[in-house]
Formats: sequence, C-alpha cells, structure tokens
Amino acid sequence: MSELLLNIKDLMVGYKVFGGVLRVLNGITIKVNKGERIGIVGETGSGKTTAAKTILRILPRTARIFGGEILFQNKDVLKMPRSELSVLRGQGISMIFQDPTASLNPVFTVGSIISDVIRYSRTLSSSNKSSQIKETAIDAFRLASLPDADRLLANYPFQLSGGMRQRVCIAMALATARDLLIADEPTTNLDVTIQDQVLRLIRELVDKKKTSFILITHSLGVASEMTDRIYVMYAGTIVEQANTQDLFEKPYHPYTHALLSCIPKLSGEGIAPGIPGRMPDYLNPPQGCRFSPRCPRVLPICEKEKPPLIEVEPGHEVACFLFATKQGVPQ
Amino acid sequence: MNELLMVDNLKKYFPVNVGSMSRKKIVDLKAVDGVSFQLDEGEILALVGESGSGKSTTAYTIMGLYKVTEGKIFFKGADISMEVTKRPLSLKKEIQIVFQDPGTSLNPQRTIRQILDLPLRVHKIVPKGNINEKVEELLKTVELPADYMFKYPRMIGGGERQMVAIARALATNPSLVILDEPTSALDVSIQAKIIIMLLKLQRDFKLSYLFITHDLSLMRNVATRMAIMYLGKINEIAPAQELFANPLHPYTQMLLSSIPVVTEKERNLKPKQIKSIGEIPSPVNPPSGCGFHPRCPFKLELCLENDPQPVEVTPGHFVRCFLYKN
Repeated sequence: MSELLLNIKDLMVGYKVFGGVLRVLNGITIKVNKGERIGIVGETGSGKTTAAKTILRILPRTARIFGGEILFQNKDVLKMPRSELSVLRGQGISMIFQDPTASLNPVFTVGSIISDVIRYSRTLSSSNKSSQIKETAIDAFRLASLPDADRLLANYPFQLSGGMRQRVCIAMALATARDLLIADEPTTNLDVTIQDQVLRLIRELVDKKKTSFILITHSLGVASEMTDRIYVMYAGTIVEQANTQDLFEKPYHPYTHALLSCIPKLSGEGIAPGIPGRMPDYLNPPQGCRFSPRCPRVLPICEKEKPPLIEVEPGHEVACFLFATKQGVPQ
Repeated sequence: MNELLMVDNLKKYFPVNVGSMSRKKIVDLKAVDGVSFQLDEGEILALVGESGSGKSTTAYTIMGLYKVTEGKIFFKGADISMEVTKRPLSLKKEIQIVFQDPGTSLNPQRTIRQILDLPLRVHKIVPKGNINEKVEELLKTVELPADYMFKYPRMIGGGERQMVAIARALATNPSLVILDEPTSALDVSIQAKIIIMLLKLQRDFKLSYLFITHDLSLMRNVATRMAIMYLGKINEIAPAQELFANPLHPYTQMLLSSIPVVTEKERNLKPKQIKSIGEIPSPVNPPSGCGFHPRCPFKLELCLENDPQPVEVTPGHFVRCFLYKN
C-alpha cells in the first residue's frame, strides 16, 4: 500500500447567500496516494471546484466550512495558521486554473510573473539570486515545451495564444518542486488538437516529477486518458469511486450509468435521452440521497437517508442503497 | 434529393489594422477564403473546425449577418448573396439560426412570450388574435410547459433557455436551421436531451440543419455529411460514416486522434496515432501554399508553394490535399 498524501474526510462546505446557506459539499471523502493521478468528474455545479479550492483554502469570503478535515501530509489544512498556509501554497500544492487569461496578470510580463512564483518559494527555503531565478524560469518554460524561452519571458500574456498561456500556467505550477498538482478544467477553453498537446504535456511532467495529481473535469474522455482513479461527484456528494478502467467498464451508480450513456461515442451508437430533471437547489437540497429525485431506480429509503460509500468490489466504492445488502444495511 | 443551399466559392474578408504609428496599414483577415458546398433537403451537414477556422463566419454570412466579399450563395435556386436588407422577407424567414450561448442570445428584459412572438409578428405567421395560441404551441413542440411564457430567461435553466431559442428559430416555419454550437455551453446530460429533441424536430418538420461545431464525437451520432474546415477553407467533405471510417486529410486524422475517448472500442476506431503539433496560424498572415503545411506530418515540397484543389477520391468524398489524386 502506498503512502497517503492527501486525505479529505467528510468535508462539508457551503456558501452564505441572501436568504440562507447553499449547502454545496455534503460530506465528501477523497484520498490521494503519493504519485497517484486522481480525477474528480462531475457536471457544472456539482461542487468539484469548491472541493479543490477548499484544499488550498482559497475559497471566497462567503464560503463556510461546516465540518470535516483535510489532512495533507498528516497536517490538517483547515486548522493551519496563515504562516503554514503560505508554505503549503508555496511549496506543497500548486494549482492550474481553467482560464489562463484570468490567471495571468495582464500588466506584467510572463517572465516577471513566473519569477515571482519562484522567488517566493525560494525565500521559503534557500538561495535567491535573480540570475538563478531566471535560469529556473527558462528551464521551466523549456520543460513546458514553450519555444524560444528566453525571448518569451519578455512577452505579456496577451501576446500569447490560449494554448501557450496555459503552458505558461503549467510551467509556473511546476517550476518549483511540489507534492501535489491540482488542475481545474485545464483544457476546457482549448481546441481539441491543442487540448491533446496540453494534456500530453501535463501527463509527461507529472510522470517525470512524480507529482501526485488531481484533475478536475466535466469531460469523462479527458479523465479516462489522464487518471488512475476517478471520483464521480453529483450535487456535492461523491457517488462513485473506482479505478478508471473499472469505472468505465462496470459503473454501478445509476448516475454514473446515465452520465456515461449521455456521452456521444465515436462508434456512433446514438445518444441516450439524457437525465430527466435538473441539479437540486443547494438552498434546499433533497433529504437523503441527492440524486433520488432524478433516479430511475429510487427506493423508499433513498429519500430519507444519505447512502454511505459501500465497497462493492475491492477498490470500487458506490454511494447507493441498491448495493447495500452485502453490508447488512437495510434495503 | 433536392438541393436546398448551394455555396459557391464564398469569401469573407475583414479589414484589420496591423502595425502601429507610421507603419500602420489595413490588411484583409481572410476568415472565409473560398468555401463551396451544397446542402440537400433533409440533410444534417456538420461544419467542423477549431476556433479561428471560419466556421461561424461561414454560417453568419449565409444568414446575412455579414456582407459577402466574393462568391455566391443560392437558396432553393435563388441567389441570396446580396446585402441582407435587399434579401426578400420570404427568404429570410426560411433560414433561421440558434446561437451558442442562450444566456446572451435571449433578451433578458423580455419575457419568453415576447421573445417568441416577435418573429411571428414580423413575418405575419398567424393572425394577431392567434399569437398566444401559437406561442403555446411552440413551447409545446420543445416540451416546455405553457406557463413558461410569463417567465424571463434568467428564471429558467441553461438547457431550457436553449429550448426557447430553438422554439424561436422554429416560429417562422423555416426549411434551413443553422445551429451554431448549440450545446457546447451545456453539460452532457443536457446536451443529450437537446440533441434528441433537435433530431426529432428535424424529422417532424422536415428541416435541414447546418450544424456548426467542434465536437467530432457528437457529429458522428448526428450528422449525415461532414465538412472539415481549417483556416477559412474546407479540407475534407464526406458522408459522416465514411469520414470516420476513412479519414484522408492529415488534419482530419490529427483531429480524430486528438479526441479523448472513454472505451477501448472507441480507441481502436481512432486513426493510427498522429501526434498533434503546432497551432492554427493567424488568418491575417496565413502560410503560403497549403494552410496546413506547418503542422502536417506528410508535407511535400509541393505543399509549401501551391494550394491544393479538392479532388473526389470516392463518390462524395472530397479532399483538398496533394497526397491524393482523382
């Protein structure tokens, strides 16, 4: 058994809004081992970005953490003082965001942006010479297969194409050694051939640096090509967790089933009619299983109790009462 | 089958400023640079390409949102390449469009009823007294409840908004509907619902679709024929099944091998892995010869200088590449 790097236990997060609290994350549990590549897959509004932001504690002010813990290298991120959080963000975990245009400051050159990152993480540790910083920056750009690295450092973000900007963000995230890289929809804004290039780059770098990796995406195709293990999220809950291959070959949860049947396939077998209804209102989420109002195989118990994660096969967990008999949970 | 739409060597250039101060000059951005295709009645033609390939510009020029720079557009045999103000109203109502983002294509200050009754009044589809009935009927065709007509777009979900946009396009009983990435802003579960509905409407009302998209796997399940665009030109055009079974153009092969897929079965359907390299060049300063040559793994000496002409490799399968001959 490999070493546990990140352990999220029963995390509950909400947002305070006019008229109440949006109860988004409803007790999620995610484990990431060292060197593992994890996918968190879900539709818009399923809470996957909230989960990622909670790990780095970069939630907006309106957010409230109601419970649970996030153990990163056996330290609880939720109880860390500011100084330790800085070290965590500077050396432990880095993140690539969805929109590279929004995550690069338009009034600085990409060189000065990446130098800041390197300088900051260095002040935390060792030497800090500007020539060394530039060298590290150029190395990082080369690794991210950005052409003409020395010249590129003097460019502003707007002078680069979308694919190049995302490469700059990747270079920034991996310029200094990190234990965990979180990528939040890193290729959603890119074209399919550019997406292929960027994904290949992330995969190579993650493999080379042996960084653990969390990929957040709505695209099951991207997740299937990039990860070892996948968590499927629906309305702020983890509904299923399995090895990537097992998940696509043998999905258990009715939601995973429905979601998989909705993806248009290259083999041209037609498209399933979608999932009836819509994502629940977080102000007043359904009692019990949050998928129950849309579930085609709903049981009476689903509307009352929240289903626990049940291990149906080794390493394959499903939060659904349909598979509860083995554990002796009433059906 | 009857030909509905014929586009012949269509060009659309936009003047743009390049350089600054004294070196400033105006050059043409060749968004669409000689596109020809035809669309038969009852067909779903997919126009596929990456951003910057000119697929939306082609659609908007056919709609009349842009003035044609050069070339001709024929609709049901009549030339419609004149300025849109001179286009007869009877032809305008025959071509309708559904935009990508229903959040911005529906007026936030109008109720759904107001949104849907505007085309009815402009084109005098039904007598004034029957407008309410017709709006109800339109909502019914897209499976929305009748009381939605009193709501504003912000009060309903993204998928439902797109349904309203589709209902608005259908209000004038068109024969050609242009769909400009109608589902790319939506989740897969909602996308599936909308696609199923679009296919049903196409059968029920005998519509033809010009489907603008970048999603190849979706088109595999929807389109009858596909055209692959790159840098303002069509690189390959073929029946959908044929295109996926036998992609000829190196760019088509690159696109297909870049699609992320879920199952092993699909992985085997992709062409032998062609590694995607490079980016789409700027249409202001396109490369000489074939526009794809800087990224092409099979480029010949010939490609650097000459632009290839389309050749028909098998019946109905055209490709614009020097690797193939008639």
